[in-house]
Amino acid sequence: MSSHRVIVVGGGLAGLAASVRIAESGVPVDLFSVVPVKRSHSVCAQGGINACNEVARQQGYSEYEHFDETIYGGDFLADQHPALEMANWAPKIIDLLDRMGVPFNRTAEGFRDLRLFGGSLFKRTHFSGATTGQQLLYALDEQTRRYESEGKVTKYEFWEFLWPVIEDGRCVGIVAQDMRTMQIRAYRADAVVMATGGCGLVFGRSTNSTICTGAAAARCYQAGVWYGNPEMIQVHPTAIPGADKTRLMSESARGEGGRVWVPRKKGDTRKPREIPEAERYYFLEERYPAYGNIVPRDIATREIFSVCVNDGLGVYGENQVYLDLTHLPATTHHKLEGILEIYKKFAGEDPQHEPMRIFPSVHYSMGGLWTTFAKGSYNPPEPREKHKSGAAPPIDSRIGQGMQPGAIENARTNIEGLYAFGEVNFAYHGANRLGANALLSCIFDGLFCGVGVVNYLKSGTPSKSPHGTVSQSAYDRVVQQEERKARSIIDTVGKGGDDEAGNPYLIHRDLGNELTAACTVVKNGPRLEQCLARVGELKERYSRMKLADGATWTNQSFGFARAVGDMLVLADAIALASIQRRESRGAHYRTDYPNRDDANFMKSSVAKFDAAKRTTTVELVDLDASLIKPTARTYGKKDSATEQEKKSTPTAAMARASA
Amino acid sequence: MTGPTQPKPSAADSRSVRFRIARCDGPGKPTRWETFAVKIDRESAGANVISCLQHIAAHPVTVEGKRTTPVVWDSVCLEEVCGACTMVINGKVRQSCSALIDQIAPNDGDEVTLEPMSRFPVIRDLWVDRSRVFHNLKRVKAWVPIDGTYHLGSGPREPAKAQDTRYTLSTCMSCGCCLEACPQFTRQDDPAAWDTTFVGAHALSQARLFNMHETGKQLAGERLEALTGPGGVADCGNAQNCVKVCPKNIPLTESIAAMGRAATIHSVTRFFKK
Ligand SMILES: Cc1cc2nc3c(=O)[nH]c(=O)nc-3n(C[C@H](O)[C@H](O)[C@H](O)COP(=O)(O)OP(=O)(O)OC[C@H]3O[C@@H](n4cnc5c(N)ncnc54)[C@H](O)[C@@H]3O)c2cc1C
Ligand code: SF4
Ligand code: SF4
Ligand code: FES
Repeated sequence: MSSHRVIVVGGGLAGLAASVRIAESGVPVDLFSVVPVKRSHSVCAQGGINACNEVARQQGYSEYEHFDETIYGGDFLADQHPALEMANWAPKIIDLLDRMGVPFNRTAEGFRDLRLFGGSLFKRTHFSGATTGQQLLYALDEQTRRYESEGKVTKYEFWEFLWPVIEDGRCVGIVAQDMRTMQIRAYRADAVVMATGGCGLVFGRSTNSTICTGAAAARCYQAGVWYGNPEMIQVHPTAIPGADKTRLMSESARGEGGRVWVPRKKGDTRKPREIPEAERYYFLEERYPAYGNIVPRDIATREIFSVCVNDGLGVYGENQVYLDLTHLPATTHHKLEGILEIYKKFAGEDPQHEPMRIFPSVHYSMGGLWTTFAKGSYNPPEPREKHKSGAAPPIDSRIGQGMQPGAIENARTNIEGLYAFGEVNFAYHGANRLGANALLSCIFDGLFCGVGVVNYLKSGTPSKSPHGTVSQSAYDRVVQQEERKARSIIDTVGKGGDDEAGNPYLIHRDLGNELTAACTVVKNGPRLEQCLARVGELKERYSRMKLADGATWTNQSFGFARAVGDMLVLADAIALASIQRRESRGAHYRTDYPNRDDANFMKSSVAKFDAAKRTTTVELVDLDASLIKPTARTYGKKDSATEQEKKSTPTAAMARASA
Repeated sequence: MTGPTQPKPSAADSRSVRFRIARCDGPGKPTRWETFAVKIDRESAGANVISCLQHIAAHPVTVEGKRTTPVVWDSVCLEEVCGACTMVINGKVRQSCSALIDQIAPNDGDEVTLEPMSRFPVIRDLWVDRSRVFHNLKRVKAWVPIDGTYHLGSGPREPAKAQDTRYTLSTCMSCGCCLEACPQFTRQDDPAAWDTTFVGAHALSQARLFNMHETGKQLAGERLEALTGPGGVADCGNAQNCVKVCPKNIPLTESIAAMGRAATIHSVTRFFKK
């Protein structure tokens, strides 16, 4: 076994895939997570995971088309080479998961079954009931447990990552805190992989889990790691509003034939079943005849939003539309059981008999820690035209054409030795992620980019100066910084009365409402400026924050209060990048700049933090668009003008709907 | 029961629900009870135990008007798929995120009692240490022993029916409800004793899951060896409480019976091999 060590922070799909891959190569892994890894947020994923497969291939689909869909779906904001490599690896990843025992749904003959998903005309989504994420996470959790029992992986569960230790420009470990004993200490490593997931909690209620605060990423950001495309937040079209969170109704519901509609008559008070077919407005099917209900998420979201907010056609006059599965056969209901159960349980109606009532909700963060890659061998003299669906692919799917396998730059941040895998990075999905591509990107990062981490230990700086040679003071400094921060928060206990303004939970609530109203479905310049100012006010309130618990043992509200400070920093970056992107692209839609502007904005927004001034600046950085030429992204919409006619000002409708 | 917004509850529908919560500051500390009142109205449509705990965290004042600390509890997914938020609610072990207030406390003034699970050591308040649940998965080697992550083609083909059975078993979220309800699974704070005390229904069911898989079968002998030892399948008293509380409707008694039979066969063959 090597004398090197790697720290993986986060035990979702990305972190577990990385741990398994790195441990397998003989390097010991220390795995940190705020929850037992088996309970990580990835467990929530429902619909499936994309990959080209033999059936689709024989119908004309290819890995190349999957790549093309990913870039087009992301509205040409993703670096193209990494997306190509990911698509080429996808079938191998499915095979591996299959070998690990994932109970993928089967056809009558015993082959892996497939379903349709947004942004594709081919069935290329593999699934395990409607709890695919759970099943994939469990498979990787089991493999990790196997390595743990062999002593190759050491788990630190209920340990919170606080700060990276960066010495001479390279990351040599982390400082973390035991959430039970509250002990803060440093851990040495030769490389650190951040796999801490998304930041839905910055928006208050979202489809995300309670742990998706984005705090870990925000801490890296404040320590000097760049953050790419923070403004690109995916709002999922179909979620059930709730008091504590919004609960997702997976895209698979539409992929399996679910239809979205509203009554044609405003404020119709009839029960859905009493409304005849001709009086139902299947607006997605009418507006997008080719893709119908499976247009990509940003488009479905804006259409639903527009039908409710602009046209006032929401069901019962509220911000909600029907997602109707009542016409589907029992076998299909069985395949969707996991999500139908959720609806039944939390909304109290049976979707087999009653159409579900849903509304868009914040769901996924395309943006994240900015990462690099080493371009692979496919480099056409100039970018090709958009791929024609079903046409022969221009290249085969050999590996290494998109990214160089094993390169130490793959999925590395701007800091040497510090990597970012999974939802926490900004790669692959550009301005909008296609459904069932996230699980893929997480596992791909772990398996493919994990090799680069091992090679970095072998041939990079750690090969000459391993972590043992780094001076202890580098670690002590960060421990002291975090102890000071902790003390300053604990010291607020008992100071002053029950000041609502300084209540960390209420600061968080107000932050969520503000960001949801200003930075989600529709944005505009003046409202974003106002949002930035309000985040400033919230920061001021935070500086006068008061904690209600001074315990030195398992102080949960302390941990939450600390994370609120980090969320505020991320909020700044989200608002600022939204202001500076004066165009509309993918999930980022500005009423004052309704068109895509490739000349000026086909670039990544890169947020950088000035630690001395504690301010954010956003720069536009060129991206790799050397494989496919950008085209208009219409998904064959019948009346393309309407997309630009939306003059509605952003309203608090989203915030209200989730209240 | 109300759906998301229809029928619209009027302002008069606002009611107050009392939460009586067992509080404990840490291991070895005494338990005390605190009661909080939470208003349920149109704003909090769809409220569940977690959303009420969130409200209490932001306003930690008891019904007597005493300021106290926010209650500590465990939760992640909030959609009954991660298993984190298990606690004892009105005497019954279940997930708190799917415990809807409209169902458990429909009337004004209704009281909801929250206690931590009793078979695991309390860390603080409602949060318990369930490391043993995961530890016991190691005892039965609950994994498929693959050759490694290199590309070696697909896994074994499988009839849809077999997949369906495995899928159901594989939805176990290690929540521990089946252990809290089991008379044979007693509290054991000393990890040194975990390997020889009852593994629990969840682990028996996982052993069955992996023994069903073509590659997983390779370790069937080792799994059965563990299950014929102390704390194995023979410790189950067949009280069948486990299957009644499993939120994922996993056929635990079927799994236990299957493992019981397999363990017997395993012991007999081993006896004759000696
Ligand atoms: C409801 C829902 C359904 C979805 N369905 C699909 C789908 O069908 N298909 C698809 O492709 N994608 C889907 N997605 C998206 C996908 O699930 C996520 O993008 C993906 O699971 C993220 O995985 P991850 O490994 O990056 O992070 P996560 O699974 O979020 O894991 C993050 C890990 O980091 C740890 N962590 C966080 N902060 C810290 C800290 N400070 N210190 C220590 N540890 C920390 C956590 O404990 C956790 O282990 C869905 C998402 C949601 C919300
Ligand atoms: S059947 Fe066995 S495992 Fe289940 S509750 Fe009874 S004793 Fe426990
Ligand atoms: S078997 Fe059921 S009750 Fe037991 S841990 Fe698994 S999901 Fe929970
Ligand atoms: S929080 Fe995941 S099951 Fe309740």
